Amino acid sequence: MLVKAYNCGTLSGTYAKDAAALANAVKASGADVVLLPGTSAVRRSAAGAAMRAGAEIDTNIVDASLEGDAVTVQKWAYRQRILTSFTRAAKPWVIVTDPSLFGEICAKLGASAEAVPPCGDVETRTVQNGLEAASGGGESTIKPDAELLFVAGAGWTKKQADGAVHLDEAAAAITGFISKSGASLGSSKSLVDMPEAAEKFTFMSHMNQVGQTGATPRHKKGLSTCCHGEEPHVVGWRFISERRAVNLDANCGWAQGKADVLYVGDAFEVMKKVNALLGA
Amino acid sequence: MATSLNIIVCGSLVPDPLQTLEPVQTPQGPGLKNEQMLPSVLDPWAACALYEAAALAKKRPGSTVTLVALGPKAKLQQLMMSVAQKAPFSLVAVNGSASGFTDAKLAAAELAKAIKAIPGYDPAKTLLFGGCASASRDAGVTIQFVAEHLGITEHFMAVDKLDLADDDSFTVLERVEGGKYLSSTCKGFPAAVSWATGSLPEPPNNPQVGMMNMRTMMPALMKAAMADVGTGGISYAKVEVPASKRDTVVKKDMSADDIAKEIVEWIKG
Repeated sequence: MLVKAYNCGTLSGTYAKDAAALANAVKASGADVVLLPGTSAVRRSAAGAAMRAGAEIDTNIVDASLEGDAVTVQKWAYRQRILTSFTRAAKPWVIVTDPSLFGEICAKLGASAEAVPPCGDVETRTVQNGLEAASGGGESTIKPDAELLFVAGAGWTKKQADGAVHLDEAAAAITGFISKSGASLGSSKSLVDMPEAAEKFTFMSHMNQVGQTGATPRHKKGLSTCCHGEEPHVVGWRFISERRAVNLDANCGWAQGKADVLYVGDAFEVMKKVNALLGA
Repeated sequence: MATSLNIIVCGSLVPDPLQTLEPVQTPQGPGLKNEQMLPSVLDPWAACALYEAAALAKKRPGSTVTLVALGPKAKLQQLMMSVAQKAPFSLVAVNGSASGFTDAKLAAAELAKAIKAIPGYDPAKTLLFGGCASASRDAGVTIQFVAEHLGITEHFMAVDKLDLADDDSFTVLERVEGGKYLSSTCKGFPAAVSWATGSLPEPPNNPQVGMMNMRTMMPALMKAAMADVGTGGISYAKVEVPASKRDTVVKKDMSADDIAKEIVEWIKG
């Protein structure tokens, strides 16, 4: 069983070029299994590359094992609700791993990653203009390497005890915490969809959304505030090891059975005090 | 004069996200318990693609939007009762499994076959849309496969915005690492676009649009071609729902000061 791994850091980010480069790499490798990390460039082009190379492909792989001459992989289906283990007899087989697990899976299959061999000129109608921040609030609030994920829910935009909404105060509490704690910011869909949030919470966008139509980030700890909901939110939490929640509702479906600790309290008040302690 | 577009959206049904799913073994491979009875929704990211397609077609007179959906015919018909009210589009139905355990390559081949058979299909005027991943298979590969079948060599992944210029060039924002967008400009068609959430809200139901759509959708459903889409070369060893219930400790009577202190200790710990 020949397993090859490519780190893909040299890919251009343009489909036509990257699909050609990856297809050449897969064909030239002569490998039975080709491992790739699921970066944005790979997710854009690996399927097309596999098809051109006559290979099978599976993506979002979270684990792999080698027994004898058979590789078995693990992958979630139905948005992290069902875990599957499977193998394929066809070769070559392109396995695209979750990006954070690439090194671990390479080690398990005994492969060390190398660069994708350069590919000649490829015709394309696409020109890259460069990178842009997703949120309008300057520094990105999405930090994949942060230890903590802070999830803000729609409760931040609701009327408070005085009968008024306090969007500026909410924005200050959230951004204050993100900046002082170094946490990554996640959001419920209901919050990012709100026009009020789009206007006042310029530090977040749909890219911050976690859950069914959002991300399922991998951080060690997660703290949710003002969030409600069941299954769509569970997906956002799936890979968070330690989970705590602040909510006024002790029976909140988001937290019951999903969080380790649920603090029943006013997130506005609590986060203001947390920020004061972190700033001291 | 700007070209009218043929926007083809690939998307199908997935179980309602609020449903509890239980895997079972069937003669065709893994499946879901009571799969035929589970309430379905249009795949969320494909739905975003459909709404973006409808908005884009509105800006280009003479443009068409076609939803190409692979799924059990009866369930597609049920789904269209609500989805058809969202925007004007026509339907090409392919009668087969929409299971998340099927092989994406087989599904893509059926979709590409159905697209090629659309009357008046013109690759030079085509934008192929879909979701960046389904909420069933969750692989994010089907649109690229379909694009390759159709000879489309430009593809954009996890797109949130597409601005179309009068000269038929368009600029897209694709989600990339670190909460950033990669902006790219593509000169002309055809191209494939796998949408993330896009930038449009879900359109409200419009019963008039729904009735107009259903006039063509019912015949399309009647003549849906059968597709044999299975697990292909995948040999499943295990399909399970991992236990995920936690023993939540509910702390009700703490002051905001004490909660804050405990949270800070936990963060720093």
